[in-house]
Amino acid sequence: MKVDASREVEVKGKLVTGADLLIKTLIDAEVDTVFGYPGGAVLPIYDALYRNETPFEHVLSRHEQGSIHAAEGYARVTGKPGVVIATSGPGATNLITGITDAMMDSIPLVIFTGQVAKSVIGTDAFQEADVMGITTPITKYNYQVNDIADLPRIVKEAFHIASTGRPGPVVVDIPKNISANITLDDYEDDFHLPGYQPTIKPNPLQIIKLADALSRAKRPLLLVGAGTLFADASEELKQFAEEYQLPVTTTLLGLGSFPGSNELSLGMAGMHGTYAANMGVYECDLLINIGARFDDRLTGNLEHFAPNAKVAHIDIDPAEIGKNIETHIPVVADAKKALVALLNAKIEMQGHQDWMDKLRKNKKDYPLWYERSNTLLSPQWLIEQVYKVSKGEAIVTTDVGQHQMWAAQFYTFDKPNNWVTSGGLGTMGFGFPAAVGAQLGRPDDLVISIVGDAGFQMTLQELSVVKHRNLPVKVIIVNNEALGMVRQWQESFYEERYSESLLSENPDFVKLAESYGIRGVRVDKEEDAVRVLEEIMAYDGPVVADFRVVRETSVYPMIAPGKGIHEMVGVKK
Amino acid sequence: MRRIITATVQDRGGVLNRITGMLHKRQFNIESISVGASEIEGISKMTFVVEISDRQKLEQLTKQLNKQIDVLKVSDITDKAMVARELALIKVVGSGHTRSEIQGIITPFRASVIDVSKDSMTIQVTGRPDKVDALIALLRPYGIKELTKTGVTAFLRGQQPEQVTELNSMSN
Ligand SMILES: Cc1ncc(C[n+]2csc(CCOP(=O)(O)OP(=O)(O)O)c2C)c(N)n1
Ligand SMILES: [Mg+2]
Repeated sequence: MKVDASREVEVKGKLVTGADLLIKTLIDAEVDTVFGYPGGAVLPIYDALYRNETPFEHVLSRHEQGSIHAAEGYARVTGKPGVVIATSGPGATNLITGITDAMMDSIPLVIFTGQVAKSVIGTDAFQEADVMGITTPITKYNYQVNDIADLPRIVKEAFHIASTGRPGPVVVDIPKNISANITLDDYEDDFHLPGYQPTIKPNPLQIIKLADALSRAKRPLLLVGAGTLFADASEELKQFAEEYQLPVTTTLLGLGSFPGSNELSLGMAGMHGTYAANMGVYECDLLINIGARFDDRLTGNLEHFAPNAKVAHIDIDPAEIGKNIETHIPVVADAKKALVALLNAKIEMQGHQDWMDKLRKNKKDYPLWYERSNTLLSPQWLIEQVYKVSKGEAIVTTDVGQHQMWAAQFYTFDKPNNWVTSGGLGTMGFGFPAAVGAQLGRPDDLVISIVGDAGFQMTLQELSVVKHRNLPVKVIIVNNEALGMVRQWQESFYEERYSESLLSENPDFVKLAESYGIRGVRVDKEEDAVRVLEEIMAYDGPVVADFRVVRETSVYPMIAPGKGIHEMVGVKK
Repeated sequence: MRRIITATVQDRGGVLNRITGMLHKRQFNIESISVGASEIEGISKMTFVVEISDRQKLEQLTKQLNKQIDVLKVSDITDKAMVARELALIKVVGSGHTRSEIQGIITPFRASVIDVSKDSMTIQVTGRPDKVDALIALLRPYGIKELTKTGVTAFLRGQQPEQVTELNSMSN
């Protein structure tokens, strides 16, 4: 064949850098917010951000951990994947805690890390870190882009993998030569993932089995986890529970999936769950788990977990079924699809009035309790006031510790996706940056960040972001001048040897806030609390409020480590 | 119980690392892993020999493998009619008359001597893992200077009889 050398090759696309291509893929993915922090290996990407008109905003944090927790908070309240950019080496390693946190709590994130140029990878080059090696065990999937032609497809895959099936974090590691080099902008982004085909629809036979078990149950109970939130199945859950008069308990992360003030709600189960919920689990004869993973903080000693129950488990991740608890009726499916199938199943129930009466009595006789104080504030009372003043309608993010458990116990959520907390990893430093992301994701909602005095100090540098963007986040510090949860365990299990858990050197949080140009306020008396809370909530801007609470308070009820779910202590005053 | 599990995986960067990392994290006791090309380009075949305490753990293993995005198919072939083979290279101390003795030992195993030096010889044996282990045990008294095994690779026989349990010595 002869080639006509005189004919000019037609250039189809225009010439762009890899970074421009990346920005285009983000636009295609309908990203509206990107959380990030620049550095050497991502300079081409930041240059492209500068040069291009983008429909999304880049939010500069003050520490990469701030970026990633903000992205988690954003994802949690919007249902969309959180997007993060960080530079190579230390930028990437600063993300590790957040990536692990997102993996544990199934939060969809797409994370772009810069990498040193291909030519020096493997030479211990400046700011080189083996991001692929480090993030493999803590991601749902990860990529290194080795050919610019793959970039559009990889980014599309990354968003798909992060946000479908059981959500999770996906890392895309981009060597600097890939983002810097000039290329044609006409690559295909079609993808095919034959090894990744999540099961969405339930097997009808399993639904029949479950319906049959339900029709025989004398003591049924629904245990609901965050899988229900990811599946956007709260409405179906409510219909199902009400149709068959099924009592509902939730996990820590499942709070809000079912209205906490609904008559059928028993509250949260687990280590600091309610008596009614935990005894419900202990005594039920049919436990239907919808989108929870039988975490050990929920189950306590496995031997005593739902010992008389037939267990049904609806989960989109088959590997969760039977992992910790023997399961009689496995249903691999999206929670919404499974609930719809169950609603269509028309089940004849036996009637379980005795059971409902018993649960109702437990609920009434053993409510969550606390002691009022006449010195500093009672922390639980404080949370109750926060609940009342915000009419239960706020988005609440928490850090990790006692205040987290009190928030879970005393702030009742009636709507889904308003509760943001670090469950599986229990990451101190999560709560405040998560509130930043939540507020950016839902700008019109009231966002309250309930944090401990210790955890807040782990990531409070993000106050700069709040100030810069005038995000009206309300930070409520439950200040017990202690690593309260550690102090509590030392009190209960280490004969009050308070090793490194009492903080006498806290900063003046009011002045600290003011130094960032943010309103600060301190409350140490009950009589001021409600008025100040009302002022804070009405104020159009960020506030840091230092609420002084009684240090010696403990979280109850509690299932001590190694104990069964029925062996709660501190059930009553 | 000892199980033989095969997996077909997409040949993407880091896939081996992801799978072995997962097995390690979840505390599966892996005796051997072998990886190699399959009949389809871009797809590799992995064979795991695992020591597993119970059914529940086994189910977890196959589920966790299946969950990997690059894994296309996972099969526990322990109870099926299959061929499982392993190769070992064994360098044994041997000179003078022990040489012919060793030669005598390895002949029934259809093993071969692939290298000889002044005071040692290297033997190559291929076969079912129990056969390989038996030869190694017989050679041990002579003094093994070096030993390397490929790990088991396996797949199903073309024909699957109804009753298969006796065919495989690996299933117990
Ligand atoms: C990053 C991290 N380090 C340590 C811990 C262990 N830890 C759990 S709760 C807690 C104390 C938290 O203190 P504070 O933030 O003041 O909350 P409080 O319990 O007092 O409400 C500690 C140290 C953790 N969960 N995360
Ligand atoms: Mg504290």
